[in-house]
Amino acid sequence: MTRLDTLRGPAEPLDHNARTIAALAVNPGCDRRALLDAAGVDKQRTATHLGFPAPFGQSPFAITRAKSFDALVKANGCAHLLRLLRSTLDLSISEASYSDISDVGGNDDHQVRHTRTRALLKRAATDGDGAGTLFDHPLLKLTVAGHEVYLEPAVIAFQIEGRFHIVEIKSFAVIDDQADAGQVAAAARQSAVYVHALRALFTAEGLDPGRISHNVVLVCPKDFANHPTATLLDVRQQLAALERQLSRLTRIDRILDELPIGITFDLETQSPDEVGKAVATVGARFAPECLASCEMSLFCRAEARDRESTDVLGRAARDELGGIESIPAVLGLADDSRPPSPEQLEIAEQLRYVRRIYTEAVA
Amino acid sequence: MSIMSSYARALAVQNGRAQPVATVRHLHLSATPMVFIPLKLAGEAAAPLAALVGTDPANPRLLVVPQPRNRDLRFAFMAELAEVLLPYIEGLAGVTETVEAKTPYERCADAPQLLVPNRGGIAFTKLLGRSTRFRRTDGPYPVHPSVPVLGQWLTFLSERAEYAGSSALVSMTDALALHWATGQSSMEDANLATQLAWIAPPEGLDGPEAALVAEDPLTSPPAGPETHPDFDGQVLEYAIQAFETSGSAAQVREALRSQLEPTWTLMWQGVRLLRELPEAATVEARWARDRDQFTRETARLAEGGFPRGRVDGAVSAAIRLADLESALQAYEAQRAFDDPLVMIEHRVAGKAFSGEVVAVDATRRIVPAGKTRAAPRPLVTIRTSDPVRLSPGRRLVSSRNRKQRTEIVDITGDLVVIQVNDQMGRGATPAPGSVPEVGDVVCYAELDPSGGQRPRLPAGEDTPWTHGGPPEPYVPTDEDAQEAWS
Ligand code: SF4
Repeated sequence: MTRLDTLRGPAEPLDHNARTIAALAVNPGCDRRALLDAAGVDKQRTATHLGFPAPFGQSPFAITRAKSFDALVKANGCAHLLRLLRSTLDLSISEASYSDISDVGGNDDHQVRHTRTRALLKRAATDGDGAGTLFDHPLLKLTVAGHEVYLEPAVIAFQIEGRFHIVEIKSFAVIDDQADAGQVAAAARQSAVYVHALRALFTAEGLDPGRISHNVVLVCPKDFANHPTATLLDVRQQLAALERQLSRLTRIDRILDELPIGITFDLETQSPDEVGKAVATVGARFAPECLASCEMSLFCRAEARDRESTDVLGRAARDELGGIESIPAVLGLADDSRPPSPEQLEIAEQLRYVRRIYTEAVA
Repeated sequence: MSIMSSYARALAVQNGRAQPVATVRHLHLSATPMVFIPLKLAGEAAAPLAALVGTDPANPRLLVVPQPRNRDLRFAFMAELAEVLLPYIEGLAGVTETVEAKTPYERCADAPQLLVPNRGGIAFTKLLGRSTRFRRTDGPYPVHPSVPVLGQWLTFLSERAEYAGSSALVSMTDALALHWATGQSSMEDANLATQLAWIAPPEGLDGPEAALVAEDPLTSPPAGPETHPDFDGQVLEYAIQAFETSGSAAQVREALRSQLEPTWTLMWQGVRLLRELPEAATVEARWARDRDQFTRETARLAEGGFPRGRVDGAVSAAIRLADLESALQAYEAQRAFDDPLVMIEHRVAGKAFSGEVVAVDATRRIVPAGKTRAAPRPLVTIRTSDPVRLSPGRRLVSSRNRKQRTEIVDITGDLVVIQVNDQMGRGATPAPGSVPEVGDVVCYAELDPSGGQRPRLPAGEDTPWTHGGPPEPYVPTDEDAQEAWS
């Protein structure tokens, strides 16, 4: 049993998905999330155990809609999808084969599926077959913080003439050629995770990772109908950001080394109080963005509030306040009741000035 | 966001209550605003689910779509919404006043004002407009005649909402954030319930305590347009099934009423809070623009004007962008001159300063560049402790006369010397009161309340071929009218 297994307890480790990896990369400075994710801890259950259930969930209507759209795109041997691929990639795909890797001969074991994914992709890459090939649910692996994780296979890998594209099916609408910017950005970040993982696999197999396109095919419903439309999404920027952030992620070993001996987040044997204390030994870096992306967010926010941290005001506010860590320190510098350290001289002067004219104007 | 508002947020945490970031109200508030809280079905682009709407706090009207996937029921909902909104809008269009101008013209004395809870409400209003304005009352999928009219109005209102300073369609959380800094992040301020908890916590609770209570989806359901996923899974799904089997919408109505009523109360609480603030000086002028636009749209529709096309042509898009930019500049400047608390942001940034006049050379005359005769160009010296980041030659506007043009001549230490260029009468010396006097406290800023220079753009019909040539005017098509809405 590894140290990470001990931390998690007997529960099965949780799979990663592109959303969680993208979220991890959004907050690369957070040791807490990095460790919980690396250990495959169920953050949702942990947060609930601690009395801070995650502030988000998914509506059954949204799930149904996503599934039915997915099914529509893939219906009749991916007829819609092939039509869209032809037009968006400007290819004359005469025929295409389709392999689903969600299970291998009834076996849905991760290791088996991953091996199969690798074998299929490698063959497609080396045979250089002119025909199109769709690989649905490819199970990829990714190294996160020095630790290998499986990536939930929510995309299709498409191969033609030795080049590969990630195809992502999303159920948010593109209306008059415009989609919700936030959702497109999220989709781009998630697709970048798959491009990255697929390139890593190619590199490991001694294949040229450049054969995986940075142009992702995003399939969405058009306007208010259910009719799918496809757009090419250039994810180079997201890819660069992801790679930078992944490389910056603190190595899990370093976090583990700093942990007190014998600590565990095992929900079966530990009381909420004990789990809370254990979680608190791992440093966090709360930002309000966590509220939309991390299951632990209400716990971490309460902790940040207790510490009177400027983190609760948001990153922008914290930056404007010169990065000063605590709210009492900000106010103390402003009203001159706290002497500034040498590096705080400039911000302290600004804060004193802001306080003076603010007080004047409010009076 | 600035160091001032961030400081106010820190102060809010310490005091357990939101802090003011404005001393006057920067938006128009109608005597009878129409509060509109729309809900949509999760996962769908624009499937209306319900709305609570009305101008009387004691008497909201609840509209629901008992099976949101049913197209006919959706259009029935839109027709019902039109029953509420069209009489309100068209009633206001009926009363006009004559505006004294070079060519006097008629303008609506009042205009509609729609208040929605948040930006999501604005975006959804826009989508509702988009999905209904092309519909026809005949042909394969006929709709009630009021539906496309409502679609045009919703489109008009959501377009106005893009103009800074327009009060035609207002998001309540944005309106409140303009006036108060809470002790939570600006992201969390998009939650009307917690934002109001910080601004006006109920008896016995402080802001953070009240905000925690307000985060409980049972007591404060989301203000829309999305409903809470737990509500969807535990209540709504069954209520819709009940409608499918029994044909009675009662269960759906009650479920959705429970989700909407708390927000209804909050919306009117927000209205009361905003009303307590005195109206800022330039609000009336900006509302007059809203009324102008409303008058024009009324006339356009009366002449059978076509709905706005799906996408703008190159020139109209460029004109629109320039208009938006100019409205934003004017609004920022007007707000700062209307409100010393807002001016702080610009003073902190070094683009404005306030101080006392310590010397005036009122009789100074020079020959201005390009002129042949000497004219009065008085110099005013101001002592300020603000961190001025301006340089000689920069043109400034004064808070005491926003039309007067002045420029910086010299900055030495805490002394700023400005030269007054106009608005001094026709005499050889400045008219009394047209130039500040020693001892006056003044404020100057590099802000232009008139919205700055507008780029000159060709008329639509002169669109150069590089930009696609003159656009084909939008003509309604069958395809648009019959577009699926599934
Ligand atoms: S919520 Fe907590 S654990 Fe999650 S990323 Fe934020 S700070 Fe880290």
